[in-house]
Amino acid sequence: MNLLLEISNNTLAVTAALTGMGLVFAALLIAKLISPKSYSVKKAEPYECGIPTRGESMIQFKAGYYIFAILFLIFDVETVFLYPWAVVMRGLGPSGLLCIGIFMFVLIMGLAYAWRKGALKWK
Amino acid sequence: MFNFGIWTSEFNNFLMGFMPEWATVLVECVIIALLVLLTYTVLALFYILYERKLCAWFQCRLGPMRVGKWGVMQVFADMIKILVKELISLKDTDRLLFKLAPYIVITSSVVMLACLPWGRGLQIIDYNIGIFFILAVSSVGVLGILLAGWASNNKYTLIGAMRSGAQMISYEISLGLALITIVVLSGTMNINELVWQQESAWFIFRGHIPAIIAFLIYIVAATAETNRGPFDLPEAEHELTAGYHTEYSGIHFGFFYLAEYLNLFIVSGIASLMFLGGWMPLHIPGWEGFNQVMDYIPSVVWFLLKSFFISYVIIWFKWTFPRVRIDQMLSFEWKYLMPLSLANLILMAVFVAFGWHF
Repeated sequence: MNLLLEISNNTLAVTAALTGMGLVFAALLIAKLISPKSYSVKKAEPYECGIPTRGESMIQFKAGYYIFAILFLIFDVETVFLYPWAVVMRGLGPSGLLCIGIFMFVLIMGLAYAWRKGALKWK
Repeated sequence: MFNFGIWTSEFNNFLMGFMPEWATVLVECVIIALLVLLTYTVLALFYILYERKLCAWFQCRLGPMRVGKWGVMQVFADMIKILVKELISLKDTDRLLFKLAPYIVITSSVVMLACLPWGRGLQIIDYNIGIFFILAVSSVGVLGILLAGWASNNKYTLIGAMRSGAQMISYEISLGLALITIVVLSGTMNINELVWQQESAWFIFRGHIPAIIAFLIYIVAATAETNRGPFDLPEAEHELTAGYHTEYSGIHFGFFYLAEYLNLFIVSGIASLMFLGGWMPLHIPGWEGFNQVMDYIPSVVWFLLKSFFISYVIIWFKWTFPRVRIDQMLSFEWKYLMPLSLANLILMAVFVAFGWHF
């Protein structure tokens, strides 16, 4: 039951997305019109507690995050695979349980391997 | 319960009476956009006051009291103040990405807000994969935070964004698994059907033990997902100034602030939808009189009260637990919470397969 039965969901989703962008755009426009403007060299510096920045800031930073990103990728795709199963689970009964048990076993072995290898340890 | 669909379909027929179809759709879309905008701002303002008052009471203070009765006008004053602040343009930022980041963060939270069921017949986007759509949109928000930190050309923002990204993607898995547990129980992902299935009793009561465990996992994961409470280390102010939005000024910063409060409402809304029945009143099977009395309370009130209650619990966390370190945060998710939610999912599947739920 939609709010308005005649409009398709895609139209509504696009409307909502455009609303969000419109909110940001309109508020920025108002702020630009009424806010004061001034310029000084010091003000345009990065805010790092008064000390001038040393070196680059857009750098490749800490490989630890990268390992967690890869782990996330594996487990997030797995969650996506679980959704279709979850919807039909009631109809499948115990056989569906067995199938997903095998799937889960492989995954949990993967997690155990990553754990054993020390990928879950923050260095 | 009053069905708001009667009003909207009557309004639709009224417009169709003297307009071609495309004009009707256009007018209705504009009205929906304005309503969403109004709801978004009013909710954000309410939440800012709600949190300030609650955190004051937890610390035995009064909170804002001067502007208006009990300080209710304080948030409006703050909103006007933040609009007239200067938007400082910085030297070395990546200009395009720096400006794009607030758009992404706000848009993802507006789309999620439009998916929530507010009352009977009072829902905007209603996909048949509703809950999956909400999760997909919520993961777009992480992108905005990462962009904001990266484009600011500042070490604090970079570290804050990295921490925030790692935290949000990690806890998203537990969040998703907790929601899948309920999808297994209900057999549908459509938000409207999920609410109607809870007519006899809410899922947290129907699902036996696994539903209660899933609810607890969801609350913890949702707290981390919104960068709040003990998991607010992306914005740990004594280490990182203000985290990923350090370099944003004026209303540019305000967008991140708005989105943070709205995300708090949205995760509470999803919790009330999936576990506490959405807008469905409290029904106890067999107590006919009690159920009828409960039906007199409007559905919107039910939804809002449940969401505000869950937000209250999440705000309570913030003032009770000390902030965790990043290694504690990541190992808590990957070594405890995720294995627990996987086990809980299998437990729920066993309960459903053998029909042990109610």
